[in-house]
Amino acid sequence: MMNTIQLKIDNKELEVPKGTTILDAAKRNGIHIPTLCHMKLHDMNIENKPGGCRVCVVDVKGRRNLAPACVTEAENGMEIDTHSMRVINARRTLTELIISDHPFECLTCAKSGNCELQQLAHDMGIREIHFEGDKSTYRKDTSPAIIRDPDKCIMCRRCEMMCNKIQTVGVLSAINRGFMAVVSPPFEENLDHSVCTYCGQCVAVCPTGALTEVDHTPAVIRALSDPTKTVIVQTAPAVRAALGEEFGLEPGTLVTGKMAAALRRLGFHFVFDTDFAADLTIMEEGTELLDRLQRHLNGDQTVKLPILTSCCPAWVKFFEHQFPTMIDIPSSAKSPQQMFGAIAKTYFAQKQNINRNDLVVVSIMPCLAKKYECSREEFSHDGNPDVDFALSTRELAALIKLANIDFHALPDEDFDHPLGESTGAGVIFGTTGGVIEAAVRTAYELQTGKTLQRINFEELRGMEGIRDATIDFDGLPIRIGIAHGLGNARQLLEDIKSGKSHYHAIEIMSCPGGCIGGGGQPYHHSNSEILKARQKALYSEDEAKTLRKSHENPYIIKLYEEFLGKPMSHKAHQLLHTGYFDRSTTFVEED
Amino acid sequence: MPKIKLSEYATTTIKEVCASFNHNEGELINVLHQVQHKLGYLPAEVQELVAIELNIPVAKVYGVVTFYSFFTMLPQGENPISVCMGTACYVRGAEQVLDEFRRQLKIDVGETSADGKFSLNALRCVGACGLAPVVMVGDRVHGRVSPSDVKKILAECKDGCLTHN
Ligand code: SF4
Ligand code: SF4
Ligand code: SF4
Ligand code: FES
Repeated sequence: MMNTIQLKIDNKELEVPKGTTILDAAKRNGIHIPTLCHMKLHDMNIENKPGGCRVCVVDVKGRRNLAPACVTEAENGMEIDTHSMRVINARRTLTELIISDHPFECLTCAKSGNCELQQLAHDMGIREIHFEGDKSTYRKDTSPAIIRDPDKCIMCRRCEMMCNKIQTVGVLSAINRGFMAVVSPPFEENLDHSVCTYCGQCVAVCPTGALTEVDHTPAVIRALSDPTKTVIVQTAPAVRAALGEEFGLEPGTLVTGKMAAALRRLGFHFVFDTDFAADLTIMEEGTELLDRLQRHLNGDQTVKLPILTSCCPAWVKFFEHQFPTMIDIPSSAKSPQQMFGAIAKTYFAQKQNINRNDLVVVSIMPCLAKKYECSREEFSHDGNPDVDFALSTRELAALIKLANIDFHALPDEDFDHPLGESTGAGVIFGTTGGVIEAAVRTAYELQTGKTLQRINFEELRGMEGIRDATIDFDGLPIRIGIAHGLGNARQLLEDIKSGKSHYHAIEIMSCPGGCIGGGGQPYHHSNSEILKARQKALYSEDEAKTLRKSHENPYIIKLYEEFLGKPMSHKAHQLLHTGYFDRSTTFVEED
Repeated sequence: MPKIKLSEYATTTIKEVCASFNHNEGELINVLHQVQHKLGYLPAEVQELVAIELNIPVAKVYGVVTFYSFFTMLPQGENPISVCMGTACYVRGAEQVLDEFRRQLKIDVGETSADGKFSLNALRCVGACGLAPVVMVGDRVHGRVSPSDVKKILAECKDGCLTHN
């Protein structure tokens, strides 16, 4: 065959497609070559290969120099030794060199146990550093969601690739050269002075502790040990599909019941579900969509379409910075996290007869942007935030371990009422395509007055970066766009701006895969299969629910009856809707 | 909404330079080169506008500015002094020369003297290794400089033998 080549790796005869790197050729055939700077999410178009660390070097017969496997193309007839003594020696030296400029802080480092450099040092059997040199001393940078500790940066530039190529935010870039080289926001300013969206995708791929999340755990522990506080918790949909991984379960194992049980053991007074608030979001956002659509069909020129989802706080910050002229297009509906907070500190607090200041709302999120979101000023009332703390999936796992809870032995328990009941529509919020599918299920029935014949909208599902579909609303074709990853979102927005695309509604999620691939999830260590498994898990939880449409949630119906009136009522507007800010940079003349 | 202040002159200059390179991001280095030539230095505000004009993240611009020692974010003195620290110059005592400049001018590398007359920089090899150690004042090259020459070089500058516009 023309398009394949033959080669030998570690004495194994292999055939691979032309153009395959040595690393991929080895991987496909189960041969492990250590790597550090390289990372790749297969089928998702995400790859970082600067060829900088050289940890992946291999011996190619007939070549004088060792070849870095991640950037060297496999050639016909090559004979490769991945673990010759010469290779091992080189790898050990390289590893030592990298460590010689690395702080020895593993004991207190947030990445410890998950750090790829630590793993490499372990695998290479490094016991001593023979090189003595200067160690860099950069300033730590703390933002509302992310901590940068540049001393731990090994210049793999994965974060730069995520932030620039995939997210097209462009906050992080390599600066300086040689020993002083580091990845940094412009002018070495803090992240919170930059256009960073806090999507956390840089944290998700950083191999070391140079990028980590702001830890809300100590504050949560304090609240839980304060007898004057009622502490309640909400869990985002994507968490249940990933938390199990931290306890050694197969990716895609749903642990909804065990998670609820664990939270109860941790001492939360009420264990609620963000999925409930997701159903609420659909009620508001779906109604808003139909309202805009109706006015549009009636010829109202002032109405703006498409409506864009607004449940992802990183996406919100992104368009506030990058598309200031379009800030009136996204739905004004708050994210489920913030809807939950607003309802908890009013409706629920009143029901329980507690002062909002004595009610602590904790959320468990797959997301780092949610840490930032709950700190936004408009989401607090007289200085008391609607959501007090947001823990990542990783932080929850650590807290469960800290409390010595045997996760596997836990029974499956249910969420509490009234803010714990949800439909399948709320569950699929956690994956790309899920929010809009949930919205379609409700909008269709509200618009047409008919019952859906099929509840699954396969045409909205998948992992492709940009997708679209037209859904027949009983004779009215509704065009829907979906994008995940901010680079794809930008593309879609540019197309709308230039008049190339016309949609009625668009769903946007900042993280590749949606929240299942969020920056607060268990590290995927470059394995895209994990994301797919989580996605599948969410769809199967939806499938297993009796109620699968948001407007059928009895507790949502009750909430409107008892408290809110109807969707988009005055009260709903006050509590569940928000506005956006132009955060773009403008130039003014110097005086 | 963050606001960035820039003089009209700087704004037009940057826009013109970027336009002359067709706003091509591949020309970033040349753009910065010309802008620095015209404005003297590349403060953050200037980099922000270059980024917008070339439609690239400002982080990229800052990355390039910090990568090449030729670019500077600080206003240069009337007499920008650069001491070559390439290998040849270094082994022939460039460091002592640099130290002497620091001592006499009472400024550090990367700084400008209070009266605005001098600024001091260390450069990587300027390619005049035969003359090592090399010191450049503006465009003028001084070769085989020893610490004892420093006083003379500074005096020459003060006498105004160096033309600057
Ligand atoms: S959080 Fe997202 S936007 Fe911010 S630096 Fe990281 S990748 Fe870039
Ligand atoms: S911050 Fe992390 S991901 Fe970014 S270059 Fe440094 S080590 Fe790599
Ligand atoms: S996609 Fe989900 S996890 Fe990612 S930033 Fe948005 S809300 Fe957070
Ligand atoms: S993993 Fe190949 S060079 Fe870093």
